[in-house]
Amino acid sequence: MSELFDILVSAGFWAAVIRIASPLIFATIGELICERAGVLNLGIEGIMVIGAFTGWLAVYQGMPLWAGVGVAMGAGMLFGLLHATLTVPFGLSQHVVGLGITLLATSTSSFAYRLVLPEVTSPPKIEPFQPLPIPFLSDIPVLGEALFSQTALTYLAFGVAILVAWVLFRTPLGLALRATGENPSAVEAQGLSVTGIRMGAVILGSGLMAVGGAFLTLSAFSSFYFEMVNGRGWICVALVVFGAWRPGKAVLGAILFAAFDALQIRLQQTPIGALLPYQIFLMAPYFMSILALILMSRRAEVPASLMVPYNKGER
Amino acid sequence: MSERRHEAGEVVLRLQGITKRFGALTANSDINLTLRQGEILALLGENGAGKTTLMNILFGHYVADEGRVEVFGRPLPPGNPRAALAAGIGMVHQHFTLADNLSVMDNIRLGTEPLFSRGRSRTSVRGQIEQLSRDFGLAVHPDARVGNLSVGERQRVEILKALYRKARILILDEPTAVLTPQESDALFKTLRKATELGLSIVFISHKLHEVMAIAGRCIVLRHGRVVGEVFTDATDRAKLAAMMVGGEVAMPKAEPREAGPVLLQLEQVTTPDKGASPWLKRVDLALRRGQIVGLAGVSGNGQTAIADLVSGLARPASGRLIVSDKPVDQWSPRQALGHGIARIPEDRHKTGTIADFTLTENAVLERYTNPEFSRAGWMNWRAAEAFARNIITKYDVRCPGPDSRIRLLSGGNMQKLILGRVLEPGPQIILANQPVRGLDVGAIAYIHAQLIAARNAGAAVLLISEDLDEITSLADVIHVLSEGRLSPGFPRSSKTPAELGLWMAGQGFERVEHAA
Repeated sequence: MSELFDILVSAGFWAAVIRIASPLIFATIGELICERAGVLNLGIEGIMVIGAFTGWLAVYQGMPLWAGVGVAMGAGMLFGLLHATLTVPFGLSQHVVGLGITLLATSTSSFAYRLVLPEVTSPPKIEPFQPLPIPFLSDIPVLGEALFSQTALTYLAFGVAILVAWVLFRTPLGLALRATGENPSAVEAQGLSVTGIRMGAVILGSGLMAVGGAFLTLSAFSSFYFEMVNGRGWICVALVVFGAWRPGKAVLGAILFAAFDALQIRLQQTPIGALLPYQIFLMAPYFMSILALILMSRRAEVPASLMVPYNKGER
Repeated sequence: MSERRHEAGEVVLRLQGITKRFGALTANSDINLTLRQGEILALLGENGAGKTTLMNILFGHYVADEGRVEVFGRPLPPGNPRAALAAGIGMVHQHFTLADNLSVMDNIRLGTEPLFSRGRSRTSVRGQIEQLSRDFGLAVHPDARVGNLSVGERQRVEILKALYRKARILILDEPTAVLTPQESDALFKTLRKATELGLSIVFISHKLHEVMAIAGRCIVLRHGRVVGEVFTDATDRAKLAAMMVGGEVAMPKAEPREAGPVLLQLEQVTTPDKGASPWLKRVDLALRRGQIVGLAGVSGNGQTAIADLVSGLARPASGRLIVSDKPVDQWSPRQALGHGIARIPEDRHKTGTIADFTLTENAVLERYTNPEFSRAGWMNWRAAEAFARNIITKYDVRCPGPDSRIRLLSGGNMQKLILGRVLEPGPQIILANQPVRGLDVGAIAYIHAQLIAARNAGAAVLLISEDLDEITSLADVIHVLSEGRLSPGFPRSSKTPAELGLWMAGQGFERVEHAA
């Protein structure tokens, strides 16, 4: 047990937790925006792949890192536009469209990767975002290293979460968004465009998902692999439920999941790790997420019109 | 009495030649209407007469096929709720357009501020809402969550929404349909206050006494056309009713008749306590051939439990259920149907029909396994459609056709289809649970007449209703339900409404229990 304690008090562990949580935060907030407007976006997994790929490609072709983030966001928004067009004005099944977008985006990335680099065997590396210690704050013991010696993209993730929470609960735009997911006819009756709000939410949300993907190539791993998103998108869909459609709680959920993930890697290197097959450890974060979901989502309030297409003028 | 006429000011709203078709159905045909400053204009008509369609055109939810709308002398662009709001039109829909997850204040301010702005401060918005609440007598807490409000409170929020936007013209679509009599009175006070403050109101209703009480002028719609325009002080309820349905309405009366043998009997039946809904306590009830048994009482005193027992959705916890002289122990909806029990359910939307199914599908919903409609697992749609067509003509269901989805029908027409579905196979027992709730005069008279005809043909009818008038005019035997207890059966006209009211309040049961 002392090993477990040592891990939990080490600054390196918490730094890893925050790092692992960052892409999840981007994508979870993106999904949350879509769902608050009433659209389930299952394109998330593929859009993260697209973000990871295009962001990396832009930087590999010589663009600055921040331009890479911008390119990733733009690519994500493009797929978001496709998703929104099919699900909002055309009212198609959000499940089918979402899964279709995931397949399309994933295979487009593979295809484009092979077009650009036909002969490369080992994935080429780029120079990723470097840690950016914040003066004074990063000198705080443990906390400083964990929270304030991260890359700029991590700070941005938390910044985006705070901004979205503020917009959602403190501005007319957020009010309209929350109302749209609950009762679109209320929004229509107040003279607002349900289609406009839903499309805007899906496009913007998809952009954030892509930035979450780009975090993996531009800040975490510095090259692009086909399997690198590895189900993170699906975890984010669960995290939105876990967070009861609230940004603050969703961020906490992302950190919790990241903590389990970071913990299992470290536990594998302890004497416990020698006793159990490593697959048990890999499974642990997912197992814990399911458990947490069961406990947390009972009281959650689902947006009442989530997944319900809105047709103007229909009784 | 002509004072009210002279008070009316300039024309604030003018509809000219409005025509709207849904497929083969013409919902509105060449409708002209004017509304004057400070008046309450009633739009009267049966269900399906086109009242709601007309107002939805005005508010921009639908686009009219022909005709034009003028507000304060300016043409209103069609199909644009935003333009209607900006022109000063506020609409209180029959089905509220509120977001349950938001506070009263958030629902009211939604859409009133530019999306990409900080918005007004909560304090100033709350202050204005509280001011409006006081001025118009619309008590509701600005910070309450709409999901927790009662129906009456929600309606006040809807009216506040319009007032907050400085609406000059208020349209209320069947506003009293969901209100208690006390809440309706409070609403009328608010509306009178609003006209004193210069607002003009269109009041859509099919309740004659309300129209007479609140409106100065009344436009009557029938089959999508304007059939009359009268000042309420120059007419009476009977004339309005005749105009609305296109002839005199005679409320059917059930002549006394000899009852036959018992078809279904509950003997000392108790149902399990399920928490919220009251359970039945040792209930005795007999349904006889050729007899209407009325169950009076306020909703939620065990009506649902009895309806569930009869229709096969529930089984007695103790006591016996006897059908055709045989006690039953296996009891399911399918078996109930097999015994010739037909039901007119309490909620036609939730448990009576499937909204996205066609009329044909809904017509055979309970009997699709019947050899008439399916054989070896294959549906005979031709027979099903013929069955639906037969119901549509015989029971005068107004609809585009048997292939249209039932959600497009008005409540009255939906109920007529259910009635046809129930009566056509010639049922032994008819469970009519609130059969005319929310229907208009014509439809009520029609459905009552059909129930009486079924009784005269030898069916046993169990009529459950909150409306004492309905019970006393139809039922041969009246029972009162109170907190899961059932009174003895009282023969027709043996008790006054006041005496029945005492039973409803729970008095009299002790004496019976002592005697037993």
